[in-house]
Amino acid sequence: MNEDRAEGRTLVPGWASGAAIVLEEPLSFWGGFDPVTGAVVDPNHPQAGAVLTNRVLVLPSGRGSSSSSSVLAEAIRRGTGPRALLLRHPDPILAVGAMVAAELYGRSCPVVVLGAEDHDALGEGVLEVEAGPHRAVVRTPS
Amino acid sequence: MRIVLGLARAMGADRLLDVRSAHVDGCLYQGQVSLDFAERLVDGGARVAIPTTLNVGALDLLHPERYRGDHEAGERGRRLMEAYVSLGCRPTWTCAPYQLPARPSFGEHVAWAESNAIVFANSVLGARTERYGDFIDICAAITGRAPDAGLHRAEKRRGEIVFRMSGVPERLLREDVLFPVLGHLVGKRAGTMVPVLEGLPPATTEDQLKALGAAAASSGSVALFHAVGVTPEAPSLYAALGGRRPGHEVEVTTRDLVRVRDSLSTGTSSRLRAVSIGTPHASLAEFEKLIHLLAESRVRAGVEFFVSTGRHILRQIEDRGWLLALEEAGVRVVTDTCTYVTPMIPPGTGVVMTNSAKWAHYAPANIGAEVLFASTAECVRSAVLGTIWRDPELWPGE
Repeated sequence: MNEDRAEGRTLVPGWASGAAIVLEEPLSFWGGFDPVTGAVVDPNHPQAGAVLTNRVLVLPSGRGSSSSSSVLAEAIRRGTGPRALLLRHPDPILAVGAMVAAELYGRSCPVVVLGAEDHDALGEGVLEVEAGPHRAVVRTPS
Repeated sequence: MRIVLGLARAMGADRLLDVRSAHVDGCLYQGQVSLDFAERLVDGGARVAIPTTLNVGALDLLHPERYRGDHEAGERGRRLMEAYVSLGCRPTWTCAPYQLPARPSFGEHVAWAESNAIVFANSVLGARTERYGDFIDICAAITGRAPDAGLHRAEKRRGEIVFRMSGVPERLLREDVLFPVLGHLVGKRAGTMVPVLEGLPPATTEDQLKALGAAAASSGSVALFHAVGVTPEAPSLYAALGGRRPGHEVEVTTRDLVRVRDSLSTGTSSRLRAVSIGTPHASLAEFEKLIHLLAESRVRAGVEFFVSTGRHILRQIEDRGWLLALEEAGVRVVTDTCTYVTPMIPPGTGVVMTNSAKWAHYAPANIGAEVLFASTAECVRSAVLGTIWRDPELWPGE
């Protein structure tokens, strides 16, 4: 990430701030994430057990089942979901989950795609995500 | 429509296109959000605009007593299924809509959800669908529109990674058990790329391609594959790659396959608790094989044997007298749902054997089952013997 700021493309607009958590491998929310506890439950995922609640979730993309939209939306409804998603590859299934949660419950979980270099540079620490209608900015608050 | 447009923006599409049919997966209860969304549509007077089939729900509506989960969750699952029917969807309740009589034709744009249905429609039928999921599936069905992006576009359908099968013995290439294992390997290695398989026999069956696609869509995000000389967009390797050089090439070896096969099993117990086949939903041809394998023997007491299928296939096996024969042999035919998405297998100790890589992939986390992946013949013989049986001849070099 260039200094403390990166620009990306907005899939779902919104504003969020929180401690980042970086998943090294794609995650299927359906079957791989429990919306009751907010934890990764896929036993084959290298970060099984990690809790995503209120984190700015940095991950390459979703994976597998097309029911992941529901699981993400249900987690946002329950307040166990991540605050924002920073993806490396666009993932329409996760984007729809966040859009539906915004439509039904007015709860925002911005979804942003970053370039490979910027995405790789993201580490743990607090991140602020400001996703406008088209472009998004991710920064480390000073 | 707002959601369809939001999706179009997320996908970078600048226009929408007409879709001829939809397959909806949102009818499986995932939580309160499933009902909130569907009932908002029902209350708003929405109706589907195009022929729309439904994926599995939480209950076997023909045998609701088989549901072993929380009563209230079961009732919500049923309410959700009813909501989707009242939106005008057909109560097909199957993850294999491609086994219904009317299926999309080559080149037709559709909006299908459920990862195995998506990969089958794109790869085996040559229809065009993006990876649609819950919510967007019914929005596309109501509007009849979908973003002109992703796999709807020819340039996104070209193969990017080639898997060569020349190192795999010919005998293994004809075995049903190869395909879920190969699919799991392909999904792991291909991720989001479009894989091309070179060297599958021209006689590869639809059921084998179904198992391959379902596995690749579970272990990876594969929504389209090409099999040279087998699937309709791959008359040649050149055609499958759209005339370009592949970015990646993989030589598949028997050793890789055996390793993947072993990784599909989580169970260490030597006790057999149940068998579950029919993920994706069993076809008529698969029932025919099952009848043949059972050869009038019975499932051993203490072992539960489930086969999941759609009602359309159920009627056909009923007409042939196979349903009665299966029930007498101790086999339970499940419709409308699947044994790994809903609590149905009685609790107990021991492994559940399955011939499905998809089932093996999801069941441990979903229903807490210990899994042993095996061929259909191994599953059936084990169920009859009441103890795990492996075919020593099946995999070369063992």
